[in-house]
Amino acid sequence: MKNNTYWKKNIQYISILLTLWFIVSFGCGILFVEQLNTIQIRGFKLGFWFAQQGSIFGFVIIIFTYIYLMNRLDNKLNKDN
Amino acid sequence: MELQYWIWIAVGLSFSLYIGIAIWSRAGSTKEFYVAGGGVHPIANGMATAADWMSAASFISMAGIISFSGYDGSVYLMGWTGGYVLLALLLAPYLRKFGKFTVPDFIGDRYYSNTARSVAVFCALIVSFTYIAGQMRGVGVVFSRYLEVDIVTGVLIGMGIVLFYAVLGGMKGITYTQVAQYCVLIFAFMVPAIYISFLVTGNVVPQFGFGATDAEGVYLLDKLDGLHKELGFHEYTSGSKSMFDVFCITMALMVGTAGLPHVIVRFFTVKKVSDARKSAGWALLFIAILYTTAPAIAVFSRTNLIETVSDKPYEQMPYWFEKWETTGLLGFTDKNEDGRIQYTADAATNELDVDVDIMVLANPEIADLPNWVIALLAAGALAAALSTAAGLLLVISSAVSHDLLKKMVMPDISDKGELIAARIAAIAAVCLAGWFGINPPGFVAATVALAFGLAASSFFPAILLGIFSKRINKEGAISGMLVGVSLMLFYMLKFKFGWFGGGEKADWWFGISPEGFGTVAMVANFVVTLIVSSRTPAPSKEIQQLVENIRKP
Repeated sequence: MKNNTYWKKNIQYISILLTLWFIVSFGCGILFVEQLNTIQIRGFKLGFWFAQQGSIFGFVIIIFTYIYLMNRLDNKLNKDN
Repeated sequence: MELQYWIWIAVGLSFSLYIGIAIWSRAGSTKEFYVAGGGVHPIANGMATAADWMSAASFISMAGIISFSGYDGSVYLMGWTGGYVLLALLLAPYLRKFGKFTVPDFIGDRYYSNTARSVAVFCALIVSFTYIAGQMRGVGVVFSRYLEVDIVTGVLIGMGIVLFYAVLGGMKGITYTQVAQYCVLIFAFMVPAIYISFLVTGNVVPQFGFGATDAEGVYLLDKLDGLHKELGFHEYTSGSKSMFDVFCITMALMVGTAGLPHVIVRFFTVKKVSDARKSAGWALLFIAILYTTAPAIAVFSRTNLIETVSDKPYEQMPYWFEKWETTGLLGFTDKNEDGRIQYTADAATNELDVDVDIMVLANPEIADLPNWVIALLAAGALAAALSTAAGLLLVISSAVSHDLLKKMVMPDISDKGELIAARIAAIAAVCLAGWFGINPPGFVAATVALAFGLAASSFFPAILLGIFSKRINKEGAISGMLVGVSLMLFYMLKFKFGWFGGGEKADWWFGISPEGFGTVAMVANFVVTLIVSSRTPAPSKEIQQLVENIRKP
């Protein structure tokens, strides 16, 4: 694998994960909060839950996914060189 | 045992632990002083970053702020955690690969210019001083509240401790004391939280108790919404701010977090690039434990407070009510003289004044927890304040000794000489911070938003574009940073301090509060940088090669 492919793949991962980052926080917690608040799961209105809990869990999952993907990519690069 | 003894024991033990670590981890070279030698384990660095990040405000005030503002408080929850995604994906790995000591180092080298370096040093100093004054004040307040010494003595004790381990150990000492401080603060925060969650909802996990039912089978959040409506407050689960402003504030806090030099510099301390990513993940996980618990505490204590006081006779208040009245955190004025407490949203009829800090500080007493839990809370609050102060201190001292002295004024200075300069700068910074802690300028609270706005409008675009574009040159970056910072300063001075004709809420541009304006200033920085760069010559081959290198793992 060339450095160029490595970088392109990295950019691709970043774009997908940052889209998710935007959706769980700005999307679900702010822009569409009122629509989601009409859905209630146990004691939580969904939009409110995303704003105060869900987005934070989402952030943790996003970072650990990136760690996993990049470690895999690093290994591939090392093997090919 | 008496509460006072417990507190002295908890504070004494935690302080001797910090001093012990400081003696064990003395720094012998500038590399150890600035980046702890560069071999910190990612999990340890994650803990240190979490302690570094969570300040006295996160520990003491945040749950209370959310408690009083409900959904509006979400800006802090999302804003102060979401920045770690940006750090892990966009900045930390590449800055680690770059492998120098400070943020101005990167800006100065990538934009091959000492002007860029100076602008970065200026921003780093403003951001860090704004922050550290608040931390020293926090130390003083905790001391005076729990140990019955006056604030000045409290600040002096705090200064002494920070001075000892920051000056002796530099980043190495700070890192390992921060690991210990994280353990103290998270334990101190979680014990009362778990207990209260169990008490109110029967669930020991606050994150679940948050969405559970109370003893009567009503969902807690539904009940709180109902209580809020009755008393005339806006519904707890929906906001009072405009959506656009909430969006801008959240964005400014996230991007500001990612641009704060004392957070970024923590990622220079790990061994390799993959460790920088890992420690960002661990840091966020450790932070999330507190940040997902805080909104739960906010709901428990808000419900508890309203149910305990609302329309109840003053005579029948529990003992803690009187105790917190004497500290000034609670205040009752019987306006209609009926002997009952009316707590409403209307200032004319409301009879109860509550300070936000009480939601965390009074929790153990409201829940009737043993004295050692209260002592633990005091030690935890001190750990939160001291760890953040130490991290900021290091940024200030390295900005002076490394970026100003070594890189610009005296390039020939030896490693030993630079180390001495770093220690002197740290001592001077502690004294200045202590002075601000004892004589707090009235604008401390107002300027915290400035710190985030400045970080967002200066560093973030310059670092991001420096990594992801080879075309951005020094002309673009410098003019972008200057425009971003000036715009942010102008807006803050105008609407927070009344300069340039001042202005009210109605005059805000596009309805954006000063807290959220960092987003606009950041966008301005990006636009100016891109336009100016496209009209001036591209950076040299060497600089493009440097960027190419940073991108390789």
